[in-house]
This record gives sequence, C-alpha cells and structure tokens, in this order.
Amino acid sequence: MATIFIDNIPYTVKDGRNLLHACLSLGFDIPYFCWHPALHSVGACRQCAVKQFRDEKDTRGKIVMSCMTPAAEGTRISINDPDVKRFRRSVIEWLMTNHPHDCPVCDEGGECHLQDMTVMTGHDYRRFRFRKRTHRNQYLGPLVNHEMNRCIQCYRCVRFYRDYAGGRDLDVFASHNRVYFGRHADGLLQSEFSGNLVEVCPTGVFTDKTLKEHYTRKWDLQTAPTVCVHCGLGCNTISGERYGSVRRIINRYNRDVNGYFICDRGRFGYGFVNSGERIRTPLIRRSKSGEMGPVSREDALKHLEGILYFGARVIGIGSPRASLESNFSLMTLVGQEHFYAGISEQEQSLIDRIVDILSRGPAPAASLKDAEEADAVLVLGEDITNSAPRLSLSLRQAALNKPMETARKMRIPEWNDTAVRTALQGRRGPFFVAATAATKLDEIASGVLHAAPDDIARFGFSVAREVDGNAPDVLLSAEMTALAGAAADALKNAERPLVVAGMGCGSEAVIQAAAQAAWALCGTGKKARLLFIVPECNTLGLGLMTRRGIGAAVKAVAEGGGDTVIVMENDLFRRADETKVKEFFRGFKQVIVIDHVRTATTGHADVLLPSCAFAESQGTYVSSEGRAQRSFKVCMPEGDMRESWRWITDMAEIAGRPEGKTWRNIDHVVKALAGLMPVFAGIEHAAPQAGFRMTGLRIPRQPHRASGRAAISANVNVHEPKPPVDSDSAFSFSMEGYEGMPPPELIQRYWSPGWNSVQALNKFQEEVAGPLRGGDPGVRLLQPGPLEVPAYFREIPPSFRQREDSWLLVPLYHIFGSEELSVFSPVIAGISPEPYIGIGDQDMKRLGVNEGDAVAVTLPGYSRVFPVKKTAGLPEGIAGMPAGLPSAGWTGLPAWAGIVKKVLHKEEDRHA
Amino acid sequence: MLTDDERREIEREVENCVNRREACVEALKVIQRSRGWVADDQLRGLSDILDMTPEELDSVATFYPLIFRRPVGRHVILICDSVSCWVMGYEDLLRHLKSSLGIGLGGTTTDGRFTFLPVACLGACDRAPAMMVDDELHTDLTREKIDDILRRYP
Amino acid sequence: MAERPLTGDIRPGVMPDISAYESAGGYEALRKAVSGMSPEDVRKAVTDSNLRGRGGAGFPTGQKWSFVPPGEAASLQKYFIVNADEMEPGTFKDRLLLECNPHQVIEGAILGAYAIGAGRAYIFLRWEYRLAERRLREAMAEAMEKNYLGKNILGSGFSLELRIHTSAGRYICGEETALLNAMEGRRAIPRAKPPFPQVCGLWGRPTIVNNTETAANIPPIIRNGPSWFHGLSLTEDAGTKLYGVSGRVKRPGVWELPMGTTIRELLEGHAGGMREEYRFRGVIPGGASTDFLVEEHLDVKMDYGSVQKAGSRLGTGMMIILDDRTCPVGMVHSIIRFMARESCGWCTPCREGLPWLEKILNALETGDGRPSDIELLEEHTRLLGPGNTYCALAPGAVEPLQSGLRFFREDFERHIREKRCPWR
Ligand SMILES: Cc1cc2nc3c(=O)[nH]c(=O)nc-3n(C[C@H](O)[C@H](O)[C@H](O)COP(=O)(O)O)c2cc1C
Ligand code: SF4
Ligand code: FES
Repeated sequence: MATIFIDNIPYTVKDGRNLLHACLSLGFDIPYFCWHPALHSVGACRQCAVKQFRDEKDTRGKIVMSCMTPAAEGTRISINDPDVKRFRRSVIEWLMTNHPHDCPVCDEGGECHLQDMTVMTGHDYRRFRFRKRTHRNQYLGPLVNHEMNRCIQCYRCVRFYRDYAGGRDLDVFASHNRVYFGRHADGLLQSEFSGNLVEVCPTGVFTDKTLKEHYTRKWDLQTAPTVCVHCGLGCNTISGERYGSVRRIINRYNRDVNGYFICDRGRFGYGFVNSGERIRTPLIRRSKSGEMGPVSREDALKHLEGILYFGARVIGIGSPRASLESNFSLMTLVGQEHFYAGISEQEQSLIDRIVDILSRGPAPAASLKDAEEADAVLVLGEDITNSAPRLSLSLRQAALNKPMETARKMRIPEWNDTAVRTALQGRRGPFFVAATAATKLDEIASGVLHAAPDDIARFGFSVAREVDGNAPDVLLSAEMTALAGAAADALKNAERPLVVAGMGCGSEAVIQAAAQAAWALCGTGKKARLLFIVPECNTLGLGLMTRRGIGAAVKAVAEGGGDTVIVMENDLFRRADETKVKEFFRGFKQVIVIDHVRTATTGHADVLLPSCAFAESQGTYVSSEGRAQRSFKVCMPEGDMRESWRWITDMAEIAGRPEGKTWRNIDHVVKALAGLMPVFAGIEHAAPQAGFRMTGLRIPRQPHRASGRAAISANVNVHEPKPPVDSDSAFSFSMEGYEGMPPPELIQRYWSPGWNSVQALNKFQEEVAGPLRGGDPGVRLLQPGPLEVPAYFREIPPSFRQREDSWLLVPLYHIFGSEELSVFSPVIAGISPEPYIGIGDQDMKRLGVNEGDAVAVTLPGYSRVFPVKKTAGLPEGIAGMPAGLPSAGWTGLPAWAGIVKKVLHKEEDRHA
Repeated sequence: MLTDDERREIEREVENCVNRREACVEALKVIQRSRGWVADDQLRGLSDILDMTPEELDSVATFYPLIFRRPVGRHVILICDSVSCWVMGYEDLLRHLKSSLGIGLGGTTTDGRFTFLPVACLGACDRAPAMMVDDELHTDLTREKIDDILRRYP
Repeated sequence: MAERPLTGDIRPGVMPDISAYESAGGYEALRKAVSGMSPEDVRKAVTDSNLRGRGGAGFPTGQKWSFVPPGEAASLQKYFIVNADEMEPGTFKDRLLLECNPHQVIEGAILGAYAIGAGRAYIFLRWEYRLAERRLREAMAEAMEKNYLGKNILGSGFSLELRIHTSAGRYICGEETALLNAMEGRRAIPRAKPPFPQVCGLWGRPTIVNNTETAANIPPIIRNGPSWFHGLSLTEDAGTKLYGVSGRVKRPGVWELPMGTTIRELLEGHAGGMREEYRFRGVIPGGASTDFLVEEHLDVKMDYGSVQKAGSRLGTGMMIILDDRTCPVGMVHSIIRFMARESCGWCTPCREGLPWLEKILNALETGDGRPSDIELLEEHTRLLGPGNTYCALAPGAVEPLQSGLRFFREDFERHIREKRCPWR
C-alpha cells in the first residue's frame, strides 16, 4: 500500500500500480486511449496527462502521463490543474483534426470512447480549418468492419491483436500522420479473437459487421447477461436484442473467467437464434408416415395427454447444451432411472472420468484466470485454439509469466508494456504441447509433440513418472523421454503448474495421464491445477447429473422397449451412428423432440415442440471449471416457443406429477435440484432469484433512453403496449426500474454517467481489472477433495502402431464448423471448412495423393469420399477429419479407417 | 518471387544477424537494388525467408521513405528540402525541376526515366542546395547545374 | 594553431588509410587500453575527461557508461553503438569524420565496447552516406587484418565484432531508442525510458549509444589523458568541438575548434562573414531543433552552458544562418514541415500537432494567414514542450518556432496583415 496525494488529498493505493490505474480505481475520471487494463501502458496517446509535483513546496510541477508514472509512496499529483486540463483538451483537439464528423452514421455512436473522452475533456470548438487526411478501407472478412478514417492511432488494435492474441496478419503501416492499421491485403482476419477489436478500438474503426446487418444503437438494445453456449468454458457475455432478434454479443467481464475478451465463435455465433432453421410452432405428426402439421400450444398439450398416459413407458434424453434446469425437469418427469444424458458412449466415459478426477482432488479444476496465472503449462491432446478458444488466449498470457522475472530483475513494472516486451524479447515460459496435429499454440511452446492419442497419454504418464518416481514407468523413445523430462523439470520448478487435457482426442488414457501428472506434482507439494476441456456449454453439468449416455438408452430400449422417448435439445445424430439412432427411434411409438433449431433428430419427431434458444431462456450452465453460472433471457420467446423446462413442466402437469403445479418459475426448479442432488447445492447462489429487487425495483433490460417505445405501434394504437412480465428473474422488459449498479450477476450493460462505451466497466469493478463489485459471478460446484494423492493409474496404453491397410482417423477441430449451434449462423457457416481428410506430408506420398485429390474413407457403417488436405504435424499412420461438420455425418473418432485414393469419374473419362 | 541471387544475398545478410528479423531492412534493400522497388510478390517471398508475415515486413517497409513500395523510374532524384538547402534556394530549384521533369514531388516521368522525391537533410549543408540522384550526391546546385546533371542520367 | 585531435590529420583529397592513421598515433590508445588498462580504467579516464555527448543532448559520456549494470548482469551480451545517422537538418559534422577519419571512429567504438564489456558493436549509418559507408568498410577490413577488430584483439583476450547497419531514411532513427528498434528490424518508434538502453537496450541487453563525434573523442582521451582533454577547451566543457556554419555566408563549412569558441568567431572568422548584399539576422546554433539566437548573442560561447544561458542549446554545434533576405517564417516552415514528415506517428501531440503547425505556416506563406494563427502557433510551442510528447523530436521541432515568434514576430504579423509573404 502506498499513500499518494491527488489535488492535495491523501489516498491509499495498492503497490505496483501506475497512476492512471490507481486513479481510475479510486473513481476519478482521467481520460485515456492507448492504455487498456489488460494491455497496460505504452504512453502513446498522451491523453492521460496529470500534473506531478516534487513535493509540497513545488507549485509549478510538470506534466506527466499518469499511465506511465508509478503510484509510488508520496507521489503528489493534480488532475484538475488548469495546465493539464488544457493539455488534455488539446489532445482531443489534435485527434479531432482528422477524425470525421460522422457520428450519426457511425456504428460506434452512442457507445464511443472517443465521444466520452471528448465530452470529458471539454473540447467543443473546432479551430482546425484545413483538410483532413483520408484513407481507404479494407475488407477484413464478414465479421469485422473497417473504417480507417475514424482512427485516432491509439495502437490498441495492433497491441491486442499481435502482442496479446498472437495474431500476425494485422499491423500498422506507414508513419507520421499517415499511419494505417490493417492487413497487408484485403481478406479475413486470421485471429480467432478478431472480434475483440470491436471493443478494444475506442472509436468506430473496427465494428461488428454482423450487427451492421441489422443495426441498432446501444440505447435501443434490450440487453441481459448471458453465458456463451458455444463451448465448455462458459464465457460471460451480454446479448442485445431488438424486435425479437438478437443483434449482437459483447464481452461480459468476469475476472475469474473471460476477463475482457471472448472468442469470435462466442461473439459472432449468435445468428442461429435468428435463423430460418428455428422451430417456431409445435408440430404434430398425424399418422406414422404423415406430414407434420402445426398446432397451437393447447392442442399440442392435448395431444400429449394421449401419449403421456399413466403407465406409459417414457424415457427422457437430456442434453449437454441445455440448462441444468431443463435437464433436471426432464429427469424429474421421466424418473431418474429413465433419464439419459444422450451423449455418445465415448463422451460419456470421458466426462465420467473427468468428473471423478475433479471431484476427488487433490488437483483442483483451474479457472481461466488460474490458467492465465500459470507459470508452466502442459497441454495433452487438445487443439485448444479450436476446441476452447478463449483458453488459448489465457495460455498465451501464461507463457509470459516465467520470463516476466527478467523484467522484474530490471525493475521494469509489469504495466510498462513496451519495456516489458523489450526485456522479454519474445521469450516464452515453459509451455509443452502434445497434440495429434500441429496447433496454433505450438508457436509459443518450448516443447511440442505430435503423436497418436495413446502416445500422448504415454507421454503424460511419463511426465508424471519423471516428477514422482513412484508413478508407473513408461518406456518411450529417447526423444520423447527427453521432452517428458524437460516438461517435468519445468512443472516442478513452477509455482503454479497447470495441466490441460480434455475430451478432444477422445482418449480416456490422455485424461488419466493429465491427472497423473497433476497428482504427481501435488505429491511434491506443488499447487498444480487441472483444466479439462469439455465440448459443450453444460457437458460438465450433465456429467454431474447422470452417468448414462446414449449407449445406456439404446441398451435399455433393446431390453425393455418403450412407448415414448422425449429428446430435449439434442441431435442424436451427432452422438451415434445414423442407423443406430434410426433403429433407436423405431423402438418407440412416439418420439417427442423439444428443440429450437431443426436437426436430423427433429426430422424424426412425432411431436416437435419449439423450445427457446439461450437468448429467450433462463438457465444455469456448469463450465469446465465446475462453475455454475446463470444466463438470463434477453427477450421473451415469441408465440408458442417455450423454454424446455416449461414444456416439460406442462407435461408433468398432464402426467399428473406434482411439479406440474408447483414449478411456477425457474427458482422452483433450481431449489428442487439443489435440494435433491448435493453437488448442485450451490446453484441457488449462482445469481439473485426472481424476487430480488433493488430498492424495490426490478432491473431494466432496456436503457432508460430506449427510444420510441410508444411509437413502435403508434399507427395502430398510441397506448404503450404492456411489457411482458418476467416471472423468472429480477429483470423487467422495459426501461423502468433501478438505474444504479446491479449486483454482479445481473450486469446487463455497462454504463455510468459520462461513460457510454464498454469502458464504463471500470466503474463496475472494485479495482480496475480487479473483481466486480460484489464478487465475480458463478459458484464453483467442485470443491477439491482430500489432499492426499490417490493411487496412480497403472494401466498405460501400449504405444501406437501404424497399420498397413488402415489409418487411425482422429478428429480435427475448427473454431468455426466443429460446434453445432454456431454453424446455424449463416456468417459462421460461410467461414467453416468443407469436409476433408487431413493427411501428413509423408503419408500423402505413401498414398500417392496430392492436396485436393479425392480419397474414399471407410469406417464400419460409413463410407464417403472427401478431398485431401495437407495437415501439418499429423504423425505417420494417422489421418484427421474435421469434427462436427454437419455435412460429414457422425463418425465416432478416433477410429481405424480405410483410406484409398479415389479417381473421380470425370477424371476417368478424361483419361480414357 | 525472389531470384536465387537475391536469396543468397539475403541469406548471407541473415547469417551475420542476431536473428532473422534484424536483416529485414537490408533484405528489402537487396530486393530494391536489383529491381528498383519492392512489389507485394517479393514481399511475400521475403516473408518466407525472414519468418515475418507480409504484414510485419510491410509495416517496416512502409515506415521508411527509402524503401519504395511502388514502381520508380530508372533514376531516383532525392532533393533535399531541409532548412539549409531551403535557405540557399531550394524553392527555386524545386520549381525548376518540376518544370523540366514535368512532374511534381512523388511523381515519375512518363518515360520512366526519373522519380522525383524529397529527402531529409543530406548532410551537405555547407554545399547547399544539394540532391542525390541514385547513389550520387550533387551539391552547390543551380538551375544550370541541374540541367547538366539530368543529362547524365539516361 | 590549436590542437585538433579529431581532424588534425585529415588531408583534403587524400584517402585515409590505416598506415597514415597509425603513424599519427592511431590505435595506440587501443593498444594501451587492452594491454594495460582495465575496462574500469577506460571508463574512469572518460569520466574524468568530462567528455559530454556530441549527439545533441550533451549527456556526460562516462556517466552514461556507468549505468551499464555491474555484477551478475555484467556477463550478459552487451552492445556498443555508434550513432552515425546524422539527419538533423543543418548538421554535417559526423560525415566529415566518417568519410575522412573512419579509423578514429572505429577505434572509438572498440574502446567504448571494451569499456562496457560489449562483444558486438554497430555503426548505425544513414543510407545516404554512401562514401562514408565505403570508407568505413575499407577501414574495418584493414582493422580486421591488423587484429584491431575480431577475435582476441592484440592477444588481449578481448574480442569484438563490428557491423554496419545502414538505415533507410527517417530522422527519428537517430533517436537512440528508436535506433534500437530500427536495428532489431522493427519500426523505428522510440521506446519508453526508463528502462534506459544502458540497462535494457538492443535485444533487451545493456547497450550504449554514442554519437560519432563522441566516439572519435575516445581514442585521444585514452592516449593523452583526461587533463590534456580539459586543456583543449576554452571553457568548462572539455575538448574540442566540430562546429559548422551553413547559410548565406562566404565560406560555409565545418571546423574543429576549442570548445567555447564564440558564435562571432565562427561566423566572421571561420565562415568569412556574410556574403555580399546579405546581412545577419539570426542563427540557429545547433541543428534545426534549437532556438534562434540573434545579433545580441554573437559573443555567446558555443559550449553547453553558455548557449543554454542565452536561451538556446548547443545541440550539434552546427549553425544555420538566417539572413535579411530570407523569410524567417519560411525558414521555420521548412523546419516544421521536415519535423511533421519525420514524426514517427506514435504520440498524438507530435503526430497531429506538427502537421497542423505546418498547415498554419503554409497558410501564412501563401497569404491565407489569420490573426488567431499566431496564438495557435504560440500555444503549440508550449503544448509540444518537453515531457508532453513521447520523445524529444517534437519539443526540438518547436524550438525555432518559439524563438522565431519571439525575435521575428513582426514578420509573422506582416504575413497576416499583408496576406502574402513579403519576401516572395
Ligand atoms: C529526433 C532525434 C534525432 C536524433 N538524431 C541523432 C543523430 O542523428 N545522431 C546522434 O548522434 N544523435 C541523435 N540524437 C540524439 C540521440 O538520441 C542520443 O542522445 C545520442 O546519440 C547519444 O549520443 P551522445 O551521448 O554521444 O551524444 C537524436 C535525438 C532525437 C530526439
Ligand atoms: S514526439 Fe512522439 S510521434 Fe514524435 S517522433 Fe517522438 S514519439 Fe514519435
Ligand atoms: S493512456 Fe496514458 S498515454 Fe495513452
């Protein structure tokens, strides 16, 4: 702690801060541009100037940049000194010499940091009378829009994109007042985090192109806190809606989870909510072969009465992409013994293993923040950038932790960003990656292994053995042994070692090996953490609820048959082989499907009920960290769409179950679940309940400037329509309500007087870049168990053996394409890959194929032809196939497959 | 793409460097020496050798006025426009050069003979006004002397 | 004639070679240092000599060297860099040394490297100095051959690799931290200080950057000792200085003279006075980024302290003369145009402020000036002052403007009143 004097009043600030950080944290308004709480200080924009005085007697003082000056003990500054106010106003005046006056047509207008700072500094009169410089804009792909004339050269874009996120295709060109930020040539930005430019840029240079398609001003958006549904990390987001469609998603700060940034899948994948594939009305099949016809909700329920009669044998299939509440209500309806997770057998065994490991301890699950703070990292079997993108961003920062010691030795404060980077000279901390193919994180790794899943596991076990001689021994090649030794040394020497693995390469052994390595480290007294990547937003939550996947369901049906199956928010054709799923459905008289988008499964429904996407539903999701987080509805579902749990509660009523009457809002479901299953006891505290009020008021989803609400239907009726009532949460669907700061779980937008841009977030934090006031949202469900190291896994898989006639086909992940829901967004579909077979250099020769040639792939019950794509890093004897692409069908990888070169007919003709 | 000679010369340059990036300005100059300017295509070729993306290279290349990212004439005239030369009659010479070349600063004559650019103080202030044509420095310029000099560059 | 340790042996039109240099005592200092002096001894000699940097800022060289961390960090790779970028308008002193006395610059670099324990040294040379590059390369080859450079220099165990980096333009490259970025193959943007290059410089290692003239002063200091160096000067600031004059004088040029020679002596004595039909109006004493001095200052001694007291800076010691037939507004305009173009584009005041000034001055020159322009110009000379910008480019850029407005205000006002440049 240090005492500093601001305009002669003493304040206590934390050690090691710069003045800007300290003053903003104390609640002072100092304007700034180039500084960013996650990107730190570079001193370029000169906007954050304050006057510094040597001592009490010094009355002249000198202008310093607050972002570049330590808040050291006894520092005396003035924020209000007239000279420095004048200077700050001049900085804006300079920036405005070239900034266009296009706020009315600028997407940033109304939430623009430059607008805010202009008002804050008081620059209001134009003295520059000459021409402005102009630039040409670039096409940067369908996600991010570029409008260079608005640039104020704060350098944040390149600092985020390059220094922070590791992108290399955005840079700054030219010099003096012609500097230009863009790409070498037009084209899609290659970074998975390009969308953050939208928030990082303080003006309208980089804006959300998907928002542009259906543009709405911030003050016309109805917003609510949501949790991203596109992977298992559970990033916090704010979704904005208008007139029934989701318009955009921005980051919602949660220091423990995503901090300031999310990935492009999370930001731009929302289009599925608005897509033409939405199911909007209940549909019923009149006879087994007949067409589906729309019915009203009442008729649908009446129809269900005939199906859900007393004594009917009904099973329920839940979903890892549905909320805990929806899953639990289905489980309650059909009874625990008839409820299945509906994930593939492989997924089920992997998640079971993960749940066991994380609940047992001693290595606790790591949050994203823990990951970012790790000082040595071992990654086993995951292409993180594509399977859990936000985590890769955290790990990129983690890689700097160890080298940071160099800077510390030179007494360079961590916030002095350019100096730190100069001192580090691109050095990266201990970071070891073992994956089936090349991954983007390889470039920051100190050691890389590309191997078959079994060998990755063996490598992990070997690291464990190197750490603790009591762990079972593994015989590896000399090269791998050396690598394992290096990794083990690095992890042992670290303060906060982290082991990352997951369900990505489909190997239980890899998961065990990761646990083994972490346990071995714990045994040496290290606070090692584990992070298991799970594919979907509630995979872990569902894994905590049931251990029975689709395999168990199929078995149960085969044994006892059934009358009705209720499939909720799950496309079983993504879980198992097509013929198997079809056969499964044939086993029932009635197939009831509740979902929000059309999938292969909805095509098999006899009764299809429209559920709500995340934007229209409230629910709790458990992230890979075991953190239960509540997501709220942004808007009311249209027409007959209902949240799955509501459909099921209706069914419960039909079936005469008590819940049908008692579950009137979601809190009742939450309470029942928390009461029934101890592991979920915490979820009641994941967010305030429906009855929560601030000074007696609800929290408005609309900003109090929401325009034209009464005018929307003025041609029909000048009376304002009554806003819908939200029975599930403390939010209102109107602009009336509590205007102050809501509790952290209920932050629906960032705004504070004078701060209209996202940077208003500063006001919501206890300390800038620190925890949110009131704590960061979410409740961790998995408490570390006993601290002693459990018995080591002794079953180690044999090493991978290449086969003559078949190939081990492994899944390859793509940020755009592998995930189910985002692909329903046309913009994401447009940048997803077409199916291909990935083959390494050597094997392409062996097969006699070139890139683009066709190969036939055969697996049991599966035979398709795909083009070949050269894929770096794939070891010999291993081929890859993109995971999850809808057009490729289910393959259940990894698996042995036949691959042969296929001469296409056309070519045959040509040769003939 | 780059010629073998260019590659060799660049690799030689790289050998003496602490890391590959260090060689980038020199490498750009190698290309420029053999071709007059650096086209996108060569930038991409260089990008492979130096392990820098085209963006990273271009970011450096466009920072410098003496790396030409657009085609230039057979000869490049760099006229010093800094203060000593200005005092000694730069403006008159500029007018003269503009009219005899038929182009302004930044221009290239239609016959592709000259590109005409301003340059920072050439450190020849005691012999001002001064200019460089290609590698050669010309000082104590007058209108007549300039006519004479231009004739020497076909 | 006074002693001229930097240029005394330069013979006009004679190509310098190593034997000529040696026979005049060249490389004796190196021999002396590596055989009998520890690096500390060399550092001490330079400190005692009170040599101040000749690159413009005048920072004491020995003190700068002393910031290179001792102890554990001493074993780190370190670098010694000779700044031969010389792009300050009106400045052409380093060129003389580089072209005509390259061995002395090289010997200075070797001694500097020895003193701080650097294994690698660079000469950062502007591209346009083609002749200088040729002569430096020849000289380096000669020095290599004689084992003044390379492995195990003169059997002392000390090795040094010397390399030339030729730039591709941009004045900012001469700023010592921008120079480091330029050498690393990055955009030549200055770096934040602290940390200073002496601690975290090239490739993050301890680095010394010294001006060419500074480096060339080291061998004679080592050879003849600090007190000899003090004796060369007429004032407190030791040594000789390369002074130059350009503009409408009879004999523009550069001369090595005792530190503290007066402006009058330079102008009237060495440069031969003003040309016929021209009268003296003012002088920018030390390269384009120093304040004007006028008639009343002619007897000011050209040393760091005296020029500062007179309201300007010694800078590079290279004077640019303003005569009575040249427009002071135009002269300032030329400087500001240069500075606006050479701004690196990193910090706002310089990147946006200088082009604005340029536009205003251009408006004045073309008859579009407005009365409020003077106030804007004046305001900017304060707003772009030291500390307000990221590096010293912009504060230097506005010095001639600031003093121009003071000494030649009437000229500025006339431009506005008459809506034209009275000199055109
Ligand atoms: C914009 C700018 C340009 C500079 N250009 C040069 C230069 O060309 N040569 C030089 O020696 N110093 C130049 N300097 C000064 C250097 O930053 C540095 O102070 C000097 O090289 C140190 O050498 P010295 O201590 O021997 O004087 C420049 C400074 C600035 C701010
Ligand atoms: S003052 Fe600022 S913009 Fe100007 S050269 Fe220095 S850092 Fe660059
Ligand atoms: S925020 Fe401090 S200089 Fe930009």
